[in-house]
Amino acid sequence: MAWFKKSERGLKTPAKRAVPDGLWMRCEFCQEILYRKELERDFWICDRCGFHFRISSAEYVRILLDEGSFSEIDEDLEPLDPLRFKDSKRYPDRLKKYQEQTGLKEAIRTGTGTVERIPIVFAVLEFSFGGGSLGSVMGEKIVRAADLSLATRRPLVILSCSGGARMQEGILSLMQLAKTSVAIGKLAEQAIPFLSIVTHPTTGGVSASFAMQGDLILAEPRALIGFAGPRVIQQTIGQDLPEGFQRSEFLLDHGMVDLIVSRRDLKSLLARVLRYFPYPESPRREEGAAGETERR
Amino acid sequence: MPEVALDFEKPIIELEKRIAELRQIAEQEGLEAGDELRELEKKADHLRKEVFSRLTRWQRVQLARHPLRPYTLDYIDRIMQEFIELHGDRLFADDGAVVGGLATFEGMKIVLIGQQKGRETKEKLARNFGMMHPEGYRKALRLMRLAEKFRLPVVTFIDTPGAYPGIQAEERGQANAIADNILAMTRIRTPMIAVIIGEGGSGGALAIAVTDRVLMMENAIYSVISPEGCAAILWADRAMAEQAAESLRITAPDLQELAIIDVVIPEPLGGAHRDPGAAAESVRTALRAALEELTRIPIDRVLDERASKYLRMGVFHDPGAVSGG
Ligand SMILES: [Zn+2]
Repeated sequence: MAWFKKSERGLKTPAKRAVPDGLWMRCEFCQEILYRKELERDFWICDRCGFHFRISSAEYVRILLDEGSFSEIDEDLEPLDPLRFKDSKRYPDRLKKYQEQTGLKEAIRTGTGTVERIPIVFAVLEFSFGGGSLGSVMGEKIVRAADLSLATRRPLVILSCSGGARMQEGILSLMQLAKTSVAIGKLAEQAIPFLSIVTHPTTGGVSASFAMQGDLILAEPRALIGFAGPRVIQQTIGQDLPEGFQRSEFLLDHGMVDLIVSRRDLKSLLARVLRYFPYPESPRREEGAAGETERR
Repeated sequence: MPEVALDFEKPIIELEKRIAELRQIAEQEGLEAGDELRELEKKADHLRKEVFSRLTRWQRVQLARHPLRPYTLDYIDRIMQEFIELHGDRLFADDGAVVGGLATFEGMKIVLIGQQKGRETKEKLARNFGMMHPEGYRKALRLMRLAEKFRLPVVTFIDTPGAYPGIQAEERGQANAIADNILAMTRIRTPMIAVIIGEGGSGGALAIAVTDRVLMMENAIYSVISPEGCAAILWADRAMAEQAAESLRITAPDLQELAIIDVVIPEPLGGAHRDPGAAAESVRTALRAALEELTRIPIDRVLDERASKYLRMGVFHDPGAVSGG
C-alpha cells in the first residue's frame, strides 16, 4: 500500500498561518476587539458572542487528534491546469501563491490519527488555500482517504470549510461531487462510520456533497452553512435575509444537522460518538471524556 | 411564434423573411421562382452554414437558453408514446420545476424525470424557471427509488439554470437534498441515462444526472457555474461572461473531449428551436440506442462501471504513482 510512504514527516506549516499577525483581532460576527493571546488560548472562540474564528487545517489536527498521532498521506498530489483556464490571473500562478501561503499542495490534508486513542482516518479542508475549493486533487484525496477507511475499517472523519467548487477546473470540479459520493457510498455499504464536521463557511459543492452525507453531521456554532451563498440569494430574491440565516443554529432548527458543538468540546464529543459505532480495534472500555482534552 | 431572435440569428432570419415574401408574391402572380429568389436561398443557406458551423461557446450558451428551445414536455409530447405524470415528494410539496412519471418510449417502460422551464410568464413562474427546490430533488429521488424497485430504467432530461437560491430552499435543505441525490444515484440498481437538452446548471443539474450514460445535445451547455457567475467572481465583472464561457469549456464537444459525456446529439441546423420535430427525432435515435445498449448489460456490471466511471474523473499530478497509481 502506497498510502503510508513518507508520512511521518509531520506538519510543514506553523499553525498560526491562518490568522494575520497583530496583538488584537476583531470578531467578524460581533465586531468585538479581542486580545490575540486570549483567543489562541481559547480555541479561537470569541468570548463575547461565541463565534468560532476560522483556523488552519494544521490547527484542527492539533485540536482534534492525539498529540503526534497524525500521519499525513497523499500530501504530494498536485493540481494541474487541465482546461488551461483563461482568467484574470493564470490558474497555475494562483495555485503557486496558495501553495506558498499555506505550505500545502492543495486545500486539504488527509491522514490517519487517533482521537482519545480511537484510530480514525481524518480529512480536513484548508480554507486559506483558494477558499477551500473542491477540485480534482481534493476529490481524489477524499476518495483515497475513504478507501483507506475501507481497508482498515477506521471511521472516516471529514472536517469541511469551503466556498464550493474550484471554478478553474470547470466541469471536472463539478464531477468531484459524484466521485466523492461513490467513495462515501462504499463506506455506507460496509457500515464504516463517516462523520462530517461542518465549519465556517461551508457552501456550494462541498455542502452539496460529502459535508452533508455524514452518518452524523456536526456543526461548529454560528458557522455559515448552505448551498447558495447569501449574496447570491440576496441578489436573486431582492430582499434582506433574516437574522441568523444559514447559520448552524438555523440549520439545527430546520433539522439539517445533528448537533452543534463548540470547538472546546469537539474532540471529546467526537470520541464519545465514535465509541458508539462497532469497530473491531477501538478501545471498548468506558473512560469518560478524557481529562486532558477538556482545556476550558 | 413570438419574435425572438439572437443577434447572430438576425441576418439569417431577415433573409428568410425576404425569401418568404418573394415566394408569396411569386405565388400570387402565378410566376416561377426567379433567379433572385434562388440567389437569396443560396445566400441564406450559405449564411446558416457559416454561422452555425463555427459557433462560439457564448453563442451556444445563448442557444441553450433560447426562449423557443424545446423543453422537457415538448420532447415528451413528441417521443413518448405515453406519459403518466406523478406528483410530489410525499414529504412537503410538488415542485413544478421538475416533472416525473411513468413513460413508454419505443415500447419500453421507463421512469422519466425532467426539469421543466416555462414558456409564458405565468408558466415561467409556476415552473420557477426550471430551478428546483429541495422538494423537487426529493420527488426525483422518490421516483428513482420506484424505478429501482420495479427495475425500470430511468431517463432524466436536464434543463436548469441551477438549483434555486432562495430562503425557503435553504430552510428545507437544498444542500442536503442535492447531496442525498448524488449519493443515492451512485448506487441505484437500475440503468440510468441523462439527456442534457438545454442548460446543465451545476449541482442543480448533477443532482439528477449521475447516470450510466450522459447524452448531450449539440447546443446544450453543462457547467460548474454560470458564465455570468464565474465572471462576477473571477473578473468582478459580469460583462466578462463571454470570456468565462470560453474558459469554462461548457459545450457538448468540450465535454466529450473531457470524457464527461458519452454522446453528442446532433441538432438541426440553426438549433433545436428551428426544427423541434427534427430535434426530437434526433433525441429519439440517440436515446433508443443508449437504452438498448445499456439494458443488455447485467445490472451488477452497470453499477460497477458507473462507480468506476466517476472514480476516474479528475486530472492531477501524482508523483508517487508507480504504475496506474
Ligand atoms: Zn464575537
